[in-house]
Order: sequence, then structure tokens, then C-alpha cells
Amino acid sequence: MRFWRTIMVVTLVATAPVLLASEITPAARRSGYTFMGPDTRAMQDDDTSNPGMLFVLDGETLWGKKAGSAGKACADCHGDARSSMKGVAAHYPAFDKALARPVTLDQRINLCRANHQQATPLPYESRDLLALSAFVAHQSRGVAISAGDDPQLKPFVEQGRDLFMQREGQLNLACSNCHDDNFDKRLAGAPITQAQPTGYPLYRLEWQTLGSLERRLRSCMNGVRAQAYDYGAPELVALELYLMSRARGLPMETPAVRP
Amino acid sequence: MAALINVPPKAKRGDIIEIRTLTSHIMETGFRHTADGRLVPRDIITSFTCRYNGAEIFRADLFPAIAANPYLSFFTVAKESGKFEFEWIGDNGYSSTASAPITVE
Repeated sequence: MRFWRTIMVVTLVATAPVLLASEITPAARRSGYTFMGPDTRAMQDDDTSNPGMLFVLDGETLWGKKAGSAGKACADCHGDARSSMKGVAAHYPAFDKALARPVTLDQRINLCRANHQQATPLPYESRDLLALSAFVAHQSRGVAISAGDDPQLKPFVEQGRDLFMQREGQLNLACSNCHDDNFDKRLAGAPITQAQPTGYPLYRLEWQTLGSLERRLRSCMNGVRAQAYDYGAPELVALELYLMSRARGLPMETPAVRP
Repeated sequence: MAALINVPPKAKRGDIIEIRTLTSHIMETGFRHTADGRLVPRDIITSFTCRYNGAEIFRADLFPAIAANPYLSFFTVAKESGKFEFEWIGDNGYSSTASAPITVE
């Protein structure tokens, strides 16, 4: 008995500093923007060369377009998005009382479609859903991220944090192994960033289109040869929530451009 | 389809001005296959033209190697007030237009 207890204590003592040493302090938090080259930065900074703005324009059209059997547009309830949606995306994923769990902005849009517009949900990563969430999130550009403040979200943030620290896949890597411990180094030719989700949905040059944070997370999971969670899976939402709470205070950049 | 045009709203006569255009298009190359092995048919913009008060000042042919949402930037001399008209033509009868005004003093 004493023997096993000793082993447990030794294991805890040996692993605890590794876990504690890894988290990034608030002052050291950096957007992925700071890891990019000058060309890609210029592309994001100029709204007429940022391809993400094409989706924002599409989203603006959809915002005013009636949908579903209720015959209502987003604008009929929410009015002018410039004021009603300002800062909203900065605190998503947010807690949904009816579902008793956090929902992403994409899920919120689809909940709105189902409950208030009586419309069919838009598929994940479809152009219309990305356009709407880009338009909504764009209204928060420059607003400091504040997701995860709601005390009801605490267990979900914890779940996301555990997933972030958990090794997985054939390469047996946790998110934190790269993004907490080795950012600012390189993985092959590409800089390793801190994984601060400041500009989603964002335009990735590699994708040649806009994509959600879930798409990004899933491709990281494929990268470590793990089975990626399905779109909308509670684990993916928890990870997204943890990442957003981890990026607390950084300004929103939607639509960001990344290589 | 959405397009973003950047033309300076005002210019002095004789100034060299930059025109930047960005349009929404998937630019499917025609070389890719689906998971079940079928070829994804080519769907690209093949031609772009810019007219300045009716006169063609810039034309470009586009090819499969050009990325999605093509961005084109070019220069012209501001001669008179009027309008720039842009036209993108592509596969499957694709056509999209946009315009931007300019005041030349």
C-alpha cells in the first residue's frame, strides 16, 4: 500500500511542473497575425484585398434576406447588425439555457433559424453559414475577447482545457505540446503559433476559402493522426470555448487571413 | 457575386492611379478528383476586362493555376471623370459585372 502511494506521489510530483510550466501568461499572448509575413499581413489589413470581406458582404445580404416558413430575416428581430451584433462574437461560445451547454456562433445561427425563422439548419462549413457568422463576427472587430466569463461555463472551459492538454493520435501529441510549449519555433517551414482564435471564421490561403475554428481544429487532429471529432461535437465546442477563454483580452480580427 | 473594387474616388488629370479588384469565385481547376475518383469539372473565370468610359484599358486571361477569389491590380492614367466598368466571364456561362465612379479634376 505504502509502496503504491509512494509511486503515485512521485508520479504527481514529476508530472505537475510539466503541466504548470506550459501555460502562456496573459501578457505574452499573441495573435497568429504576429507570426505572419508582411505580405499576408497587408492582405488582411486592406479590406479591398482581404478575400474574407467577400464573405462578409455575402453575409450582409443574407442578414436582410427572409428565410424559412416564418418569413423573417435576421434583421427583422436583430435590426442593424452594426449596433446589435457589436461585441457578440467576442463572448462566443456562450451558454445556452435551453440546451444547458455552450453553443458556438454557428450553432446559435442555426438555433435562430430553427426556432425563430422555421428554416432548415445550414450545413457546417457551407458558404451561407460561414458568410453569416463572418458578418456577425466582423461587427466585433477590435473588441477584446471575453468568452468563458459566464460562471455556468466553468466546467466546459475545464473540459476544453483537459482536451487541450491531453495527448492523442498516433503521434501522441497534445495541442499544448506545440502551442504552449513550442510556439515561435517552426514545424517544417511553417511557424508554430500560440493557437489564439482571434479571427474566425478566417480566410486560409491553403483552403482558398473561409473556414471555421472547428475546421482548423479538425485539421490539427488529422495532423497528429487522431480521429477528429465531428462538427458540432461537444468536445469540439469545449475546445473552442477553452481556446477563446485562453485568448481573453486579444482583439477580434474577423475576417482574418492566415497562410 | 460579391466583388470588391478599389478605385480612388478623386484624382488629378494625368495622375497614375492603381485599380484593385477582388471577386468571389471558386476557380475549380478541373484537375481534381472526388473521393470516389470522378473528375471535378473545371469551373474558372476565363477573362477579365476593364473599361474606362467605354474604352477598354485592361484585359486579362485567367487559367486554372490562378487561386480562388482572383485579385487583380493594375494601373491607368486618370484622363476624365466617369466610370470604370469591370466584367468577369467564365465557364458555364458565368458572368459578373461591377463599376466604380471617378472624379478627375
